[in-house]
Amino acid sequence: MKKAAAVQNEMRLTLPSHSVNESVARAACAVFLSQLDPTVTELSDVKCAVSEAVTNCIVHAYPDGIGEIYIHMRIQEGRVFRIEIRDRGCGIEDVQKAREPLFTTDSEHERSGMGFTVMESFMDSLRVISARGSGTKVTMTKKLAPLPRRSRT
Amino acid sequence: MTAPTTGVSVYQNDGALLCILYGEIDHHTARTIRTEIDTALMRARPARLKLDLSRVSFMDSAGLGLILGRFRSASSIGADCVLLDPAPGVTRILDLAGIERLIRIERSASAAGAPQKA
Repeated sequence: MKKAAAVQNEMRLTLPSHSVNESVARAACAVFLSQLDPTVTELSDVKCAVSEAVTNCIVHAYPDGIGEIYIHMRIQEGRVFRIEIRDRGCGIEDVQKAREPLFTTDSEHERSGMGFTVMESFMDSLRVISARGSGTKVTMTKKLAPLPRRSRT
Repeated sequence: MTAPTTGVSVYQNDGALLCILYGEIDHHTARTIRTEIDTALMRARPARLKLDLSRVSFMDSAGLGLILGRFRSASSIGADCVLLDPAPGVTRILDLAGIERLIRIERSASAAGAPQKA
């Protein structure tokens, strides 16, 4: 049996699906990740991927009202950042289709259809589990580069 | 009252509409920026729309939607569209979407890090 990676630190956050919380989720994630001293690109990639996942909850999971978004971040052994973003919204009918670049169910509001492509490209792994009527869970990981050898004061 | 940290400043000059976007562009902030640019665009009906991205500190795919939408708005009135000096974090997502195949990106020498003349 595969041994689970040791968790070194974790943070849980629950936010209502107000669109202003897209930046709140990004900022919280950046603060949590800062303990690993990420590069500017690593930080920017993670913030972008988190923003996409949280926006999906706001726009697609709860289109007619406000629901809760559950975020669980972990730092695992080997400088691995893992994040789960979950909702209890309407779910995705066809996950495979939703993950295709430029696919959008909402062409009216200038969606680019690039959300899952961004998550997939900027993170090392992306897993999407969804069921109609019971919500979606997005899990992403990113292994940060080793720290350079320098004195850290 | 403090000034908003995200938004757009619009200037009209020499047949062009210059829109300087600043701050973090996501689905929440893109709506206001979109309205402001489209209102100015329809009022000024310029020959060229310039979107300056040098002061954008964050952008996700909602920013891509915003840019592509403004490209379409400009095209609908016969104006061309150009992106100016995207910041490094913005360049990464523009490259991912292949925006440059559709919209020209201009990088000034100072923005590209070239030494400036004394």
